[in-house]
Amino acid sequence: MAIDTVGALPDENGKQRLIVLEHAGKIDPEDIEAYMAVGGYATCSDVLQSMTPAEVIEQIRNSGLRGRGGAGYPVGLKWSTVAKAHGSQKYIVCNGDEGDPGAFMDRSIMEADPHRVLEGMMIAAYAVGASRGYLYVRAEYPLAIKRLKHAIKQAEKHGLLGINISGTPFSLSLQVRLGAGAFVCGEETALLASIEGRRGQPRPRPPYPAESGLWGCPTLINNVETYANIVPILREGAEWFASIGTERSKGTKVFALSGRIARTGMIEVPMGTTLREIIYDIGGGIPDGRTFKAVQTGGPSGGCIPAAHIDTPVDYESLKQVGSMMGSGGMIVMDDSSCMVDVAKYFLEFCMTESCGKCVPCRVGTAQMYGLLEKISEGRASLDDLALLEDLCDMVANTSLCGLGQAAPNPVISTLRYFRDEYMAHIVDKTCPAHVCPVSRKEAVR
Amino acid sequence: MRTNTIAPPSDDKRWRIVQATMRRHGFAPDALIEALHSAQEAFGYLDDDALRYVGKSLHLPLSRVYGVATFYNLFTLKPQGEHTCVVCMGTACYIKGGPDVLKAIEDAAGVRKGETTPDKKVSLLVARCLGACALAPAVVFDGEMDGQLAPGQAASRIKEWMGDGN
Ligand SMILES: Cc1cc2nc3c(=O)[nH]c(=O)nc-3n(C[C@H](O)[C@H](O)[C@H](O)COP(=O)(O)O)c2cc1C
Ligand code: FES
Repeated sequence: MAIDTVGALPDENGKQRLIVLEHAGKIDPEDIEAYMAVGGYATCSDVLQSMTPAEVIEQIRNSGLRGRGGAGYPVGLKWSTVAKAHGSQKYIVCNGDEGDPGAFMDRSIMEADPHRVLEGMMIAAYAVGASRGYLYVRAEYPLAIKRLKHAIKQAEKHGLLGINISGTPFSLSLQVRLGAGAFVCGEETALLASIEGRRGQPRPRPPYPAESGLWGCPTLINNVETYANIVPILREGAEWFASIGTERSKGTKVFALSGRIARTGMIEVPMGTTLREIIYDIGGGIPDGRTFKAVQTGGPSGGCIPAAHIDTPVDYESLKQVGSMMGSGGMIVMDDSSCMVDVAKYFLEFCMTESCGKCVPCRVGTAQMYGLLEKISEGRASLDDLALLEDLCDMVANTSLCGLGQAAPNPVISTLRYFRDEYMAHIVDKTCPAHVCPVSRKEAVR
Repeated sequence: MRTNTIAPPSDDKRWRIVQATMRRHGFAPDALIEALHSAQEAFGYLDDDALRYVGKSLHLPLSRVYGVATFYNLFTLKPQGEHTCVVCMGTACYIKGGPDVLKAIEDAAGVRKGETTPDKKVSLLVARCLGACALAPAVVFDGEMDGQLAPGQAASRIKEWMGDGN
């Protein structure tokens, strides 16, 4: 058997804790027997035989698990909303779109331990009363798609999916659906539109998918890593899970370390571990004798955290406080060779191109903001332009329809907050301190 | 399930693959994206015939099919070159020199991102993170992932393709 998938980076100093990734890289992901040999599907079968849906939801609620797809919404609460919603047909959806650039945790989980995701979904479906489900995976991940499809077939053969599972009245069928390269499809209402075969454009909420989702039916949507946490919680107990992490962020989080760092790869740490521990103790620090400048978390919706805040613990609230967010778990380390104006411009370009065009503030606002950042990077901007940029940040954040537009200004806001001097250098002194932007290239020519 | 299947535009065998995908989904409207994926995989791009055929089979207006095909970045309505090169411009690759790699490739191929060389040899695309960030900067040459590339290395791969020996 060939295990070509990657697990977590080696844990040299006991800083990591593998819960989600416990099997990653250790078992053959294409063999259901290998998963069963490490106790796979035993939890699901115990749950079906001996727990009521309400008891399952109670356990998840007590564990304190929050959604790993970005916003950190309490999972137990979402499940109970779907369970209580009226409707003879309910759906369950796994968000495997992983659109944040610089994030590859969900991909690794789906490739390395697909059955773990399926088992989590089965338990969730039982808890909320769903009988059909979809795994929405971005088409850029062919191996994850292949493995999930294969895992579903195997589970069906073993009678773990289908009608009257394990001799109980519970039935569930699961299907994989492919994305087609649209970042906005990670947003839940856009994702549901895409599963229905339509353009992936978000719609206003409420109604939330929990009440009206796929084809108007109550729909539970959670992230890949969220589902991968379900089995250990029910196997080891809610108290065990709640004992890991911080007051308000329980359990562990998987991060994808990349950028200007010695060791790149996946890691899993208890919530509350500091950025310093992650970057220096696990990641081995900054190579080539350069200095740490910032770490970007939360993707295009997140922010850049500077050296002054490197002792920030990673949990939902602390990251928000320093102007970033947990996001799905990408962590991109930057050293002094990166220009923060350029980084902000990069993310704005991303949001501008990925804007679905439905609402004006996002479609037009991001383009205007991008134009201003271009002016700044080329040394053509005035202080009035900077004021205008800050106004636009406020407007786009407060008036956009979905999370894409609402969070699009974040990279600009956070770099302005911590690296205002770099903006000033471009605007007033007409130079780029990191020699990245066109303004300093002109200088060189002159 | 609808059973009245529409005849494909030609007797090209590849249409059967597209038809099989739609049948598997019961010719329901939500099979649209899956069907377009299948058509693009079979033919390399989506031409008018493909859009019309899929629309008719799924009982969807052409406007809806066209709307979906143009909304999603991965669908292309133009034929692609013999070789494709996808340069990652995700954050990790961007920080690690992706833009320089792209520039070297653009210079070597003589076309910009999103274009195909006039001799139809090479199509140049960019991606938003290929999930190989640990290998940044990453480029996919004809489906094969290559990481930690220097601009010069990337350019010579393109030049090999452009040269006559294929
Ligand atoms: C623009 C945008 C992109 C998103 N992309 C993703 C994504 O790639 N993966 C994901 O799991 N959630 C993503 N989300 C969050 C989802 O809308 C949703 O909150 C999440 O799937 C819920 O799962 P959770 O509660 O388990 O986190 C995105 C949200 C927005 C606004
Ligand atoms: S950013 Fe290039 S592979 Fe992730």
